[in-house]
Amino acid sequence: MTHTAAETPRGPKPQRMTAGRIGLYAFLLVSAVFFLLPFYVMLVTSLKTMPEIQHGSIFALPSKATIEPWIVAWSKACTGANCDGIRVGLLNSFEILVPSVILSIGLGAINGYALSFWRPKAGNIVLTTLLLGAFIPYQVFIYPLVRMLSFVSLYNTLPGIVIVHTIFGLPIMTLLFRNYYEAMPADLFRAGRVDGGGFWTIFFRLILPMSGPILVVALILQVTGIWNDFLFGLIFAGRQHLPMTVQLNNVVNTTMGTKAYNVNMAATILTALVPLVVYFVSGRWFVRGIAAGAVKG
Amino acid sequence: MDTSVAVRDLKISYGALDVIKDLQLEIARGEFLVLLGPSGCGKSTLLNAIAGLIDVADGEVWISGRNVTWEEPKDRGIGMVFQSYALYPQMSVEKNLSFSLRVARHDRADIERRVARAAEILQIEPLLKRKPAHLSGGQRQRVAIGRALVRDVDVFLFDEPLSNLDAKLRVDLRVEIKRLHQRLENTMIYVTHDQIEALTLADRIAVMKGGVIQQLDDPLTIYNRPKNRFVAEFIGSPSMNFFEGSILEKDGRRVFDADGMKVPLPCDLAPKVEPGRAVSLGVRPEHIRIGEMGTNSDEAALRGTIDIEEPMGPDTLVWIRTGERTLAARCPADARYPPGQTVPFVFDMRFASIFDAKSGERL
Amino acid sequence: MKPRRLRNVAAQTALIPSWLIVIFAYIGTIAWTIRISFTSSGIFPHYDWVGLKQYDRLFDSHRWVVSVQNLAIFGVIFIVGCLVLGFLLAVFLDQKIRGEGILRTLFLYPYAMSFIVTGLVWQWILNPTLGIEQAMHAWGWSSFSFDWLARGDRAIYLVAFAGIWQSAGLVMAILLAGLRGIDEDLWKAARVDGIPAWRIYLSVVIPMLSGMFVTALVLLGIAVVKVYDLVVAMTGGGPGISTEVPAKFVIDYLFNRQNVALATAAASVMFVAVFVVVGPWLYSQYLRRRPGEAS
Repeated sequence: MTHTAAETPRGPKPQRMTAGRIGLYAFLLVSAVFFLLPFYVMLVTSLKTMPEIQHGSIFALPSKATIEPWIVAWSKACTGANCDGIRVGLLNSFEILVPSVILSIGLGAINGYALSFWRPKAGNIVLTTLLLGAFIPYQVFIYPLVRMLSFVSLYNTLPGIVIVHTIFGLPIMTLLFRNYYEAMPADLFRAGRVDGGGFWTIFFRLILPMSGPILVVALILQVTGIWNDFLFGLIFAGRQHLPMTVQLNNVVNTTMGTKAYNVNMAATILTALVPLVVYFVSGRWFVRGIAAGAVKG
Repeated sequence: MDTSVAVRDLKISYGALDVIKDLQLEIARGEFLVLLGPSGCGKSTLLNAIAGLIDVADGEVWISGRNVTWEEPKDRGIGMVFQSYALYPQMSVEKNLSFSLRVARHDRADIERRVARAAEILQIEPLLKRKPAHLSGGQRQRVAIGRALVRDVDVFLFDEPLSNLDAKLRVDLRVEIKRLHQRLENTMIYVTHDQIEALTLADRIAVMKGGVIQQLDDPLTIYNRPKNRFVAEFIGSPSMNFFEGSILEKDGRRVFDADGMKVPLPCDLAPKVEPGRAVSLGVRPEHIRIGEMGTNSDEAALRGTIDIEEPMGPDTLVWIRTGERTLAARCPADARYPPGQTVPFVFDMRFASIFDAKSGERL
Repeated sequence: MKPRRLRNVAAQTALIPSWLIVIFAYIGTIAWTIRISFTSSGIFPHYDWVGLKQYDRLFDSHRWVVSVQNLAIFGVIFIVGCLVLGFLLAVFLDQKIRGEGILRTLFLYPYAMSFIVTGLVWQWILNPTLGIEQAMHAWGWSSFSFDWLARGDRAIYLVAFAGIWQSAGLVMAILLAGLRGIDEDLWKAARVDGIPAWRIYLSVVIPMLSGMFVTALVLLGIAVVKVYDLVVAMTGGGPGISTEVPAKFVIDYLFNRQNVALATAAASVMFVAVFVVVGPWLYSQYLRRRPGEAS
């Protein structure tokens, strides 16, 4: 390459916006619109009146925003004969969520700890079965589980659904904690043993205080996972404890007469709110959860 | 000088921070230049700028008589070897070596000839079918060098190529790089933080600190006549012994004085320093001899107590306490130096360096 | 030191709940399900033996055949779509662009939401009369018509499309982590060697990320086999039975149509299919690599 004296290359190379670069940004922009659009539609629809929905574009902003649909969705929307709104489901979901999350994380942590540091006999059988269980469609387990829970009178009860969530959260939780503890230096555990610690002492005094990051990841995974569950809630929770997702689907898909799309969208946003808040608050931790939970079923 | 690589008025900034400012460097054809310095001194940044991997904020880069400041790395006639080898993990050694040639659409015979030559020079013929994962660190680095070799370039750039290897391999490969340079006679620019690598390999060493070349000289000059305190301290292990003091005039001779430790300056040094000036005196461990003063008039006699004795094999390092100071002396290995013993020792002032206390510059 | 047996008593005790779960909730239920599939059970199970009769009925059932076909269509579109879109997003995000953090957050947020929410939103957007169609009319394109959600031969594609919207971010997140793990020197070496970026992606990066691709593939594959809520929320299996899937078939026959034997036969087929695919992969991934733990 030759340059005339007037344009002797010196200093930074002149920046040109290349065609490739423009295409790249264009693609990302279009993708961003694609991913955002449904949320935008949900939001504007929930703020419109029904006549406006019936005659306008779904993408248009509301001509006169109303929060009436939100009030209806929250406290008046009907599922079958009940017209108490989606708030009932919200409470149910929390009632299911809290004990299920605590139980599954606790059990998973103990499992992971026992399997990685203590290597008990036949521990591998537990691990392998749980691992396989993470991949098998739930449909295989459901019917016998219904029978078993009926047998001990827990079918269609709150403890019943909590047990089910604990059972099916166990594989991913066990694996998550096991992999984390496997990566911990074994010398630490040996030092604890030499200092006379037993199984539980080492767990509570030594291992658990060092499990902060993985506990956060487990919390994110379980809160979003259990909140978003539909199948187990539908089958095991019973009429009194239907979680929000099931209620939402009932509100939207079984209403008789004209569908109130604005109410439906308000209810949908309300249902999505908890996992979305978890997602936006946790940020990079959520991504870590995906990476750590790469075997999630 | 037949210039191979030239850097003129170079400035490199990260945001508002100038990491390199107004740097000048000329490298002769066939020269082996080592950029040496502690981490963060800008040596890798300079190498990357020569390679065209980072944008310069100002200045020019010339390679083989062409101004390449705005050119892509591939058009600069350079080959580069990285610390992490940067081999393509899914390709066999042969594919690694030939990848750039295949992309540039060389004909098959030419590719084979070049790969065979590189493999022969680096003695990696038996490895050609293997994947990088099945090679040792030393073998990987050879392949990385081979990848630069097949491209038949004028200038080789090495970015800490031996830092990931263990000590023994490092010595082996160091020798091979030197042999390679003798055989190919290419220009080579080599970045390292290891002074032994620098001293053994280089035709010239550029010692860098804070984005500035502190001294650019051949290895022996760098070692024996460091331009400032930084260079003096950075080169040599254990470090040069330093004494802070000032110059006195005594019996018609100029004397270095530090808390009562008085050392007469040799004739060639004496005229350069006027009395009363605050200076530091630097003496390398091998220029301290335990024993009484001999007939050599450029020696200075002192006394101290032996603190610790460290046999190193070929010689023994003796740490001597004198007053508040502890200094290292490299002594013959055939004698013993019992700790606690008070001994006389002398400085060989012919090799001593004197630096201005304030500026740190050599006087 | 105490003998190994004593040392492990506490550990074994701690594992008792897991053993119970493994034995009853996993192994026991699978065996039970398979056993029922060989009976003639209706609403309630009874334990006679009719051989493979339920399986014959199952594969003669039009609804099951449609379900399996739908699963295949959904699976291919969903997996290929997620992998391609996810990979492109990851690669483009990795080009030192502005606003990367915001974009990354945007691409992944649907994955935080449930399939129920996903299904309901897209059901609304794709509403044959009030959705996109009416929006296009409002913008003056009066001949525009888009009624795929009401068409039996097209609705399943839209379900897959909604699935891609929800899960593409997952693939992006996994692959982006992989791309970030690639040695910076590799890119420098490629620039010095004059190898164009697309060539590096094709010949070097994609092979390097093969493990991540497999992980993504497995995750998506599991989602495909389990797909239930998305269909329930978006189409309810309709129009007609045109978007039915196996998971929904099982639940419907268990609880609404009260044909337990047929439902368990379908579940068993799902189980065997997954086991055949996942078993070898799991073995190679987790068990073979750690021979030290085999005892």
